[in-house]
Amino acid sequence: MTVLDIIKSLGLKVYTETVGMDREITGGYTSDLLSDVMGNAQAGTVWITLQTHINIVAVASLKDIAAILLVKGLEPEPNTLQKSLEEGIPILGTSKQAFEISGMLYQLLYSNR
Amino acid sequence: MKFEYKVQGGDFVRAGHASSEVKKILKQLNVEPSLVKRVVVALYEAEVNIVAHAYNGMAYVDIDASRVLVRLDDNGPGISDIELAMQPGFSTASSTVREMGFGAGMGLPNIKSNSDEFSISSEVGKGTHLEFVVYLNSK
Repeated sequence: MTVLDIIKSLGLKVYTETVGMDREITGGYTSDLLSDVMGNAQAGTVWITLQTHINIVAVASLKDIAAILLVKGLEPEPNTLQKSLEEGIPILGTSKQAFEISGMLYQLLYSNR
Repeated sequence: MKFEYKVQGGDFVRAGHASSEVKKILKQLNVEPSLVKRVVVALYEAEVNIVAHAYNGMAYVDIDASRVLVRLDDNGPGISDIELAMQPGFSTASSTVREMGFGAGMGLPNIKSNSDEFSISSEVGKGTHLEFVVYLNSK
C-alpha cells in the first residue's frame, strides 16, 4: 500500500502534492514526542502527530518516515511545508483526532492479514 | 574524513542540520543503513540538546573505515548531576521546548543506546562535552 493509496482510502488532505506519493507504507507510529519518534519509529511508517513545526521534517527525514499525518485539522507551518518539499516527505492532514485516524490506518494496513 | 558543524543555541529551525549532512555523507560512503540510522539519531539528539540548553556549540565528526566518532562541545550552563540527566524522563527543558515535543528526557538515553561508546562530562557555568562512537564493522 502506497502513500497515495492511504490518502484515497482515508480521505486525507495533502499539503505537499508533488512529493513521495508512491512510497510504500510499512506501518504507523502515533506520537507527539520527537525523541520518542527518533528512538522508536520504523522506516516507511506514517507518523501521526499534532506537531506542525519545522523539526518534524528533520525527524521524519532522518528516520526515513514515509509520510507525516497531521491530526485535528492542524496545518503545517509555512517553513515546515517548504522543508518537506525540499526533503521529499509528504505532509498529509485529517480533521480526525489521533486515536480515530490511527485506528482507521491500522484497519486499512492490517485487516486483510 | 573530518567534518565540523556549528550548532547555535535556540535556533530550532536549523536543528538537525549537522545530522542531515552526516546522513548524506554516510550514505555516499555506502555505510549500512542501520548504522547510518544509529549515528544520525544520536547526533540529532545531541544537536537538539545544544539548541535547547546551550548558547552555542560545535559538532566534530570523524569518519574512518572502522568507526564514526562524534564529539560535541558546547558553551552553556552545563549539567550539575549527570547521573540524573541520564535517567530516562528527566529533563530541565523549558515549557516552550516541551510544547514542541522536545524535552521528554529521552535525548541522552537515546544517544547512549544508539552508540557503542559514550561519554559525557560537564562543568557547571561553562559547558558540556559529549562523545560517542558507532563502529562500522559489525562486532
